Amino acid sequence: MISISEVIETNKMVEQENLDVRTITMGISLLDCADSNLDTLCNNIRNKIIRLAKNLVPVGEEISRELGVPIVNKRISITPISMVTGNACKSTEDYIKVAKTLDETITELGVDILGGFSAVVSKGATAADIALIKALPDVLAQTNRICASVNVGSTKTGINMDVVRLMGDIIKETAKKTADRDSIGCTKLVVLCNAPDDNPFMAGAFHGVSEADAIINVGVSGPGVVKHVLSNVRGESFEVLCETIKRTAFKITRVGQLVAQEAAKRLNVPFGIIDLSLAPTPAIGDSVADILCEIGLEHPGAPGTTAALALLNDQVKKGGVMASSYVGGLSGAFIPVSEDQGMIDAVLAGALTLEKLEAMTCVCSVGLDMIAIPGNTPATTIAGIIADESAIGMINQKTTAVRIIPVEGKDVGEEAQYGGLFGYAPIMPVNRFDCSAFVNRKGRIPAPIHSFKN
Amino acid sequence: MNRTIITVVGRDTVGIIARVCTYLAESNINILDISQTIVQGYFNMMMIVDTANSSKSFDSVQDQMSKIGEEMGVQVKCQREEIFDMMHRI
Repeated sequence: MISISEVIETNKMVEQENLDVRTITMGISLLDCADSNLDTLCNNIRNKIIRLAKNLVPVGEEISRELGVPIVNKRISITPISMVTGNACKSTEDYIKVAKTLDETITELGVDILGGFSAVVSKGATAADIALIKALPDVLAQTNRICASVNVGSTKTGINMDVVRLMGDIIKETAKKTADRDSIGCTKLVVLCNAPDDNPFMAGAFHGVSEADAIINVGVSGPGVVKHVLSNVRGESFEVLCETIKRTAFKITRVGQLVAQEAAKRLNVPFGIIDLSLAPTPAIGDSVADILCEIGLEHPGAPGTTAALALLNDQVKKGGVMASSYVGGLSGAFIPVSEDQGMIDAVLAGALTLEKLEAMTCVCSVGLDMIAIPGNTPATTIAGIIADESAIGMINQKTTAVRIIPVEGKDVGEEAQYGGLFGYAPIMPVNRFDCSAFVNRKGRIPAPIHSFKN
Repeated sequence: MNRTIITVVGRDTVGIIARVCTYLAESNINILDISQTIVQGYFNMMMIVDTANSSKSFDSVQDQMSKIGEEMGVQVKCQREEIFDMMHRI
């Protein structure tokens, strides 16, 4: 029988250490909604989302109440929209109409965010993909809860540099169109390499074509819990450190597994995956940076940071894999700057640079996330940053991403404010040397060889 | 069997267990186990109860228990046992 100390331990994780389930994300295929008439298409999309997800929020709240664990967000991910809208959308206005339909539908359902206003163009782009990408700045400026992503490369296909170059311009334009809100549009746009089909986290979530009609994916969190247990093993050996992280990751993931099973059962939708990620929030103590400090760094960015993060990421996976029947998504530790007070402090202290963050992305999930840079950064420089990050993903067979915000009208020393889970971000300096002759080359970077790994 | 864990945390005062038990009896909820301890000066009690024959829904038990807690200046939580089982048992 459960003992009182175990009950106290679990409840302390929730009440004092910010343990939560970050999101229940319902993946919904919209492939069967396609139509050549725009109004019919929008109606089909709306009807399907309402049919499948009308109980998503009440069920999430019910599970949260019964188990006593907060479920912070209820989200939806959809088929990359360019696959559905190709026949119906002829102009940017048409895409805005689809986006507004989605925005209104999920607002009605009380769903927090929807991801999947996306295109997967890792090798080549169709006319529909390009039209969608060009509509993104307006879509992101005119909607609130819609997230967009573009997958520009993969280990199997190489990197589509034509789209990488285009994304440099699109990010700049998105920043300009939301200049009045510190370029918030860019916080809802991510450029990926090796994007997974089943990621529940935003902004990069979409419901891949390899998925069933509908699926429940759950993202767990809990950096505060890991930080707290590590404070009990200061000065101990690596063995003790790793064991402690593993055991804690196991416990956190079990909560996600239970929530996922319950949600799948009550919504009558199959359970997809648990995403084992340590996802920070701006709340004090809910920080991946704080874990790195607890491992032994003065600030993230200090020498040793990449090793410490690699260790953390690997132990989280090792502990989490046994706790869940299916693991997927991005699974690892997120290192967004704006969403993590410890990261913000490290940037302000001068410990953490863009280059060090890039190195850190080689060993943890995702990539350069929620990083504010000066508004006058050239589009080609942004494209160069995307190309670098994609190359890391392509060569190392991992997911990488860039969610970078050239904050219009602001420069190093200032900060961008977003509020909520997005937090605020100090503007970081970017290497000023030019790469335009490189990114302006046409075509794609070929897929890498899978042998001679040196 | 439908097991729920009830926890009471707060300053110790006369009649906490009596109030909680009276309510449970009125709701036809059977108590399987009770344990209590003092952590950092705070009264901590845990009950494992069976709500299979409860005359009230989980939500209303949860609401009313938390109201009883407020009246006595303690925090009362009702959670399904599964969360603790999942976390602490392989």
